[in-house]
Amino acid sequence: MQSRFTSALFAALLTLLLGSLLLGVTMVSEGIDLVLELSEPHKIYGLIIGAALVFIIQYFKQEVGAVTTRLRGDGSFEMPAFIRTPKQQRLWGFMAVGALLIFPFVSSRGAVDIATLTLIYVMLGLGLNIVVGLAGLLDLGYVGFYAVGAYSYALLNFYFGLSFWVALPIAGLLAALFGFILGFPVLRLRGDYLAIVTLGFGEIIRILLNNWTDLTGGPNGIARIPKPDLFGLEFNRRASEGGQTFHEFFGIPYSSEYKVIFLYLLAFALVLLTLYVINRLIRMPIGRAWEALREDEIACRALGLNPTVIKLTAFTIGASFAGFAGSFFAARQGFISPESFTFIESAIILAIVVLGGMGSQLGIILAAMAMTILPEMAREFDEYRMLLFGLMMVLMMIWRPQGLLPMKRPHLELKRD
Amino acid sequence: MLTLENVHTHYGPIEALKGVSLNVQQGEIVTLIGANGAGKSTLLMTVCGDPRASAGTITWKGNDITKEETSKIMRTGLAVVPEGRRVFSAMTVEENLSMGGFFNKTTYDQRMAHVLELFPRLEERFKQRAGTMSGGEQQMLAIGRALMSEPELLILDEPSLGLAPLIINQIFDIIHKLRDEGMTIFLVEQNANQALRLADRGYVIENGKIVLEDTGANLLVNEDVRKAYLGG
Ligand SMILES: Nc1ncnc2c1ncn2[C@@H]1O[C@H](COP(=O)(O)OP(=O)(O)O)[C@@H](O)[C@H]1O
Ligand SMILES: [Mg+2]
Repeated sequence: MQSRFTSALFAALLTLLLGSLLLGVTMVSEGIDLVLELSEPHKIYGLIIGAALVFIIQYFKQEVGAVTTRLRGDGSFEMPAFIRTPKQQRLWGFMAVGALLIFPFVSSRGAVDIATLTLIYVMLGLGLNIVVGLAGLLDLGYVGFYAVGAYSYALLNFYFGLSFWVALPIAGLLAALFGFILGFPVLRLRGDYLAIVTLGFGEIIRILLNNWTDLTGGPNGIARIPKPDLFGLEFNRRASEGGQTFHEFFGIPYSSEYKVIFLYLLAFALVLLTLYVINRLIRMPIGRAWEALREDEIACRALGLNPTVIKLTAFTIGASFAGFAGSFFAARQGFISPESFTFIESAIILAIVVLGGMGSQLGIILAAMAMTILPEMAREFDEYRMLLFGLMMVLMMIWRPQGLLPMKRPHLELKRD
Repeated sequence: MLTLENVHTHYGPIEALKGVSLNVQQGEIVTLIGANGAGKSTLLMTVCGDPRASAGTITWKGNDITKEETSKIMRTGLAVVPEGRRVFSAMTVEENLSMGGFFNKTTYDQRMAHVLELFPRLEERFKQRAGTMSGGEQQMLAIGRALMSEPELLILDEPSLGLAPLIINQIFDIIHKLRDEGMTIFLVEQNANQALRLADRGYVIENGKIVLEDTGANLLVNEDVRKAYLGG
């Protein structure tokens, strides 16, 4: 009892001490001098409340622990009763697709915009999931392939005038090629080493884009990247030379909303395509091989599988999805610069995969929504966004270390009687 | 069929095999016995190219495979059941078996039927996750998985490890049956008694060196072997 009280008190005092140095005082300049002043009262009150909270949580640690253990569950996850059979799942799937198709027509422009962004992250999460979740390779430089995809479209359009639809597959192929070339020498590395080297790749690609000013425009980026068209119909107010616009073709008044909705639907189609392709891949022998490799590399080698080749396919295919996502991103933004492809993007995409529960696609979709929509809703706390992000991760580690929806494999577990 | 000549294997500075020579002829059951850490697993895995032999030659079906890639060697009619089974525990029995038949799809159905006939237990557990099965069932699965590649030589590393006597008997029965079907088998065991009774020939390894070679029956009655491996 005694020690419980002292340790809680110690934790609270530590919080107060650290907190008051960080938040409790502000530096004010008086002439050429900097002086310390006490912060506004509400920050001080906040600090005291915070320290009190720490004290209470530490004091009742056992009770809190019991609750979190119950929340954590045993790692397995049961779908609720109404979506258990494949038939029900298909029905719910169709309903979800239907709802998402109607969504842009009944929502505000801002909401559709955020939804489009979410869809980009879903695509990135699904792609990285092949590498991290399925093949078990920790890739911290995934954003590099995203950048390759974005710059592929931007540059192909800038120098050769290629349209989005022509550039899209090329961007995917180029990103895959980069994945192949970069993956080849390093996939013999294990775990931590691989993570560090891939982290380097992401940075190298960004720095290259930043410094190769002649080709990429350097830090100024590339502007006026055209939006995708719909069978040749453009979504601008005025048609480009020899082009035709969507609203003229259908004889309706111009509205910039069409463009937003079109981009959303396009991203949605790309996500559906990604899901379809990945689900096919998982059922193919190569998908099995990824899974086998993640489970036991020695057993794989004993069976004559070549781990390097299998890893390379995962790396390459994963990179190609980043390429598609990147070229869509470039088309949507209309402007890209190396700024958009910093390490934090890799971290967010990885967080989506981990948060979603390594390998589970539905989990990734939910996590992508959480990672893009929550920060948008918390815009007022802009400066604390990364803090919230960290808090979310810590809470996840405590409550659901296996992710939101851990991958569930179809299998039969005989009930013990 | 398989010949090792003066093979050395190193783990960094440690020399685990110190010039091993042995051979396995078609249709034989050859067993390798030795104490823990004698280098049995190292010998088997060196045949598979993982780890690679640092000196000597390994010949398989007339070809020098000493410097060949593991993944290539394992597709030339050689299959290994590694120590400790190493089944893919999150996968079902069916998926595990399919991984074994990864490279040869033409006779897949036939081989699957054959494996399930050998191990009716696996058919009962076809859709069950391998990780939820008992040790004996996992060992059967590991052997079945290796058989899915239709090997000419089956290499087994301590298949009886950690299993109950009754299950061990079942496993040895299966090995017998496989031999009757014409399979060549190279069996590593600590369970020397049963292994030698089953084997045509046997080798004894000590400290990375082969110290004895004889027929299974002779080794069974050999004074030194009895003392060291058969408990007197
Ligand atoms: N991966 C390894 N790295 C270093 N030494 C190893 C490794 N594997 C085995 N050894 C050593 O090689 C020797 C032979 O081991 P092993 O072949 O596993 O013996 P056995 O299978 O007969 O029990 C032992 O001394 C062991 O410590
Ligand atoms: Mg061993």
